[in-house]
Amino acid sequence: MEVKLRIAHLYPDLLNIYADRGNIIALRRRCQWRGIGVVLDGFTLGEEPAWMDYDFFYLSGGQDREQNLVCGDLQQKGAGLEEAVESGAVLLSICGGYQLLGEYYRAADGGTMEGVGLFQAHTIAGRDRCIGNVVIETTVTGSPLKLAGFENHAGRTWLDEGQEPLGRVINGHGNNDQDGGEGIVYRNAIGTYLHGPLLPKNTAFTDHLLRLALEHRYGEGVELAPLDDSLEEAARQAALRLGG
Amino acid sequence: MIKNMEFTGKIQESIPAMAVKVAVSRLIGAASGRAGHSGTSLPGKVVLTADKRIIGRISRKYREGTVIVSATNGKTTTSAMIASILKKKGLKVSRNREGANLKAGVASAVLADVSMTGRPGSEIGLFEVDEAALPGVAWQCSPRIMLLMNLFRDQLDRYGELEHIAGLWRAALRSLPEETITVLNADDPMVAGMASVRPERTIFYGIEDAGAGGGKMQHASDSKYCSECGAALRYEAVFVGHLGMYHCGSCGNARPSPTVQARDVRLGGMAGSRFTLVAPEGRMEMEIKLPGLYNVYNALAAAAACMALGMDLRTVSEGLADFSAAFGRVEKLSIEGKAVMLLLVKNPVGFNEVVRTLMIEPGRKTLLLPLNDRTADGRDISWIWDVDMEVLAPAVAAAVTSGTRAWEMAMRLKYAGVGPERIEAVTDLRSALERALELTGTGETLYVLPTYTAMLALRQEIHRHFSTDRELGDLVWK
Ligand SMILES: [Zn+2]
Repeated sequence: MEVKLRIAHLYPDLLNIYADRGNIIALRRRCQWRGIGVVLDGFTLGEEPAWMDYDFFYLSGGQDREQNLVCGDLQQKGAGLEEAVESGAVLLSICGGYQLLGEYYRAADGGTMEGVGLFQAHTIAGRDRCIGNVVIETTVTGSPLKLAGFENHAGRTWLDEGQEPLGRVINGHGNNDQDGGEGIVYRNAIGTYLHGPLLPKNTAFTDHLLRLALEHRYGEGVELAPLDDSLEEAARQAALRLGG
Repeated sequence: MIKNMEFTGKIQESIPAMAVKVAVSRLIGAASGRAGHSGTSLPGKVVLTADKRIIGRISRKYREGTVIVSATNGKTTTSAMIASILKKKGLKVSRNREGANLKAGVASAVLADVSMTGRPGSEIGLFEVDEAALPGVAWQCSPRIMLLMNLFRDQLDRYGELEHIAGLWRAALRSLPEETITVLNADDPMVAGMASVRPERTIFYGIEDAGAGGGKMQHASDSKYCSECGAALRYEAVFVGHLGMYHCGSCGNARPSPTVQARDVRLGGMAGSRFTLVAPEGRMEMEIKLPGLYNVYNALAAAAACMALGMDLRTVSEGLADFSAAFGRVEKLSIEGKAVMLLLVKNPVGFNEVVRTLMIEPGRKTLLLPLNDRTADGRDISWIWDVDMEVLAPAVAAAVTSGTRAWEMAMRLKYAGVGPERIEAVTDLRSALERALELTGTGETLYVLPTYTAMLALRQEIHRHFSTDRELGDLVWK
């Protein structure tokens, strides 16, 4: 049986700011190096994936115009995406994608954009942008792990009571520059402001998501062959030292 | 670049006459020069606090008016080309220096040759202006020519979003007097769309050769939507990034037919390019000694701006011919007996063009890639993932990465398909250059692709520690 990672990339033509393509490149390569096949399909406005055919959903951020276009369309896709997430599929959403999956986004002019409500969180536009290198500590992989990335967002995201952030901010701004949380985790769905991109240099995190996605398809107990990550680890260590 | 240096306007407020302010600023400029700072922006900053309209007051006295150039990519090279053409005409040009393209930098330039009575020594002003600083400078200058070339994603951490910049540009255009001629790139949908702000007195330039680009939309493309209705644009030809021949299938909005055209474009790799310049005044064969299609664009933009000033084809062609690679973004030299080519890379579109040009050169290549993440480079280095490094990967014989983010670049190459055994990360620039030269075989060329501050640092290292066939000194960056 050929093992395959099945990725649905949502709005690759519209939400592609901050070079989040790097995350997809990392997933592809890390599968390729292990002899795991990759199915990578893109879905834009008006295109509905067969939700259960995929194990990894990817949604990143875009410029205002693009996000406005996506916002309405994503409402149509919300139910399918939610079903996939409830079944244990992996969802990685970054920056604008993360915001759109929350309950709502309130713009600086007071206008409110309704979100999908997959994450119990909302975002309010701030006056200044939160920009810079970020380091967070997450336990999502089962043990404490530092992730390094770069953030650039005007929105301040607030999680509802009882919702779990992806990690605690060690350096940088995180969700809202106040409560020390960064991102959100709900089942295997993750929202985060970390781009940079996130996956190439944070390999333990990447492989964790990869494993979860494969287990969604092939059942528990997936083991990934180890790779020589010395270069990636050096890049991560260098990025951790940069701090905020 | 001088950053966060505090100069309050207090001292100047008590000096009423402008002539005195000018004198003060020139003294400060001299003093800061002696102190070892680059004095480029400082005098302007000091005077701006005292006289916010100093740019307008002086630049309006230029006999031949002012030319303003703005773009994400190519404004320095294009300005240098225009300067070369203006010099051919014997004009004395007041120009701001690269890196000093904010309001203060322009103010410094207009003050540089002003007399005690406030008369400029130059006959024409030529200012390259930062995209975001454009409205603040444009309304003061009442320029004769406003050249707007392209809008690409560049250092998003500085400005936010392209739409925002486009809005600033439209505001700048609205502030211009009726006489100003706007010269717009027909091939950039967002820039061409600006003609709607002031349709009169607009000249478009563009590449009129569907075969000139790679044909395929690159990953770093930005503006793919109709500026009128927001629908996705259809491209018949793609030249550089999102620049190309496009139309909107939904509302009928289309690329305006350019008045000044580059036809029959022939790229000759590092040696440069040839094209036929076609304008209402006639046509002429052009040769530029800078590589890549992006430099064809720069030359075309410079030609269009100069023709809008009333220059003839011959002057334009001779001016462009004079403009040598020594002034631009590519430098060839010999270091420790090895041929070295320096090519600045500062954003994905520019980098992609460098990649495209390198791929025209035969054989496998030895590369040195110094990546810095200082403010002038853009703190966010994620853009390297938007570069089509995968295209370059098969041609890499060896790559040394360096700079503050050496490891990130090394990783990018690995994920692009360069075998890790061919990649070395050496953070220290001097050691990195030594190693890269070592890896470069006799008779081969080392291609050095640094970001902005890495380029500056590297030039210092070369100047101090390596033997070269000629002086690098201040050739480009002063
Ligand atoms: Zn349209």
